[in-house]
Amino acid sequence: MAQQIIFYAFSALVIAAAAMVIVLRNPVHAVLCLVVAFFASAGLWMLLEAEFLAITLVLVYVGAVMVLFMFVVMMLDINLAVLREGFARYVPVALVFAALMMVSLALVVGPKHFGLALFAAPLAHAADYNNTQALGRALFSQFLLPFEAAAVVLLVAIIAAIALTLRPSRQTKAPKPELQVQVQRNDRVRLIKDMDAEGTP
Amino acid sequence: MISLAHYLIVAAALFCLSVAGIFINRKNVIVLLMCIELMLLAVNLNFIAFSHFNQDISGQVFVFFILTVAAAESAIGLAILVVLFRNRRSINVEDLDTLRG
Repeated sequence: MAQQIIFYAFSALVIAAAAMVIVLRNPVHAVLCLVVAFFASAGLWMLLEAEFLAITLVLVYVGAVMVLFMFVVMMLDINLAVLREGFARYVPVALVFAALMMVSLALVVGPKHFGLALFAAPLAHAADYNNTQALGRALFSQFLLPFEAAAVVLLVAIIAAIALTLRPSRQTKAPKPELQVQVQRNDRVRLIKDMDAEGTP
Repeated sequence: MISLAHYLIVAAALFCLSVAGIFINRKNVIVLLMCIELMLLAVNLNFIAFSHFNQDISGQVFVFFILTVAAAESAIGLAILVVLFRNRRSINVEDLDTLRG
């Protein structure tokens, strides 16, 4: 019973927060609602006994990615009025499209195909079951190569993000070798014919 | 009891909401990125629900990788957004037509 209350509370919170993300006018408020959505889904993941990932979601997503979003939203001076143009015009189309998609998805994933009769609820793990340990065992044995690839993906992302946003500082006085090697004789030496006292050559 | 269908329907609702968000916020790149994050969240919920009901840890490993790729995606996406704003002074999708030819 308690499980059901937690499930419905967190599900309602996720869906309400997601709805707020897409309708709110101010992007800062939208980011904050996205944080609420991530927290609530971490609760749902906890209910599904994925404790490590639930905590990772809060630490990595709320702690890092959402803060990054917040930085960007606050750094950019956005003209909201232009961005909201045509908002009301697209709402009916979006509602119809989302409702159609929701109905078709609910027909596919509804209780008829994924109910308790077909997928029985598994027994809860014993109290000494360690989700982090189980995940680590799978990650470092069966999925070692994908794990290394994920590390490379993160490294590439770091380098790409820095390379995209880095601006060479205008204050540096460092020599530019690529310009130095292109120097011609005429850039440096100017021959002047010797002049007499009146200034005529 | 909560069945697998309950979780799948919550994830489906989340996914449909974010698709609707992409429709109605089609000018604001930041909100589009946030809608993509919500979609990935919905997919992750599906993976974890299946992992739990099938008693197979592989689903959770997959979610781990999706989180990694999603973090990389949003970091690069936001970096592109910052560069874009620096060059065009706008994040309106309709201003991004330089490649139209």
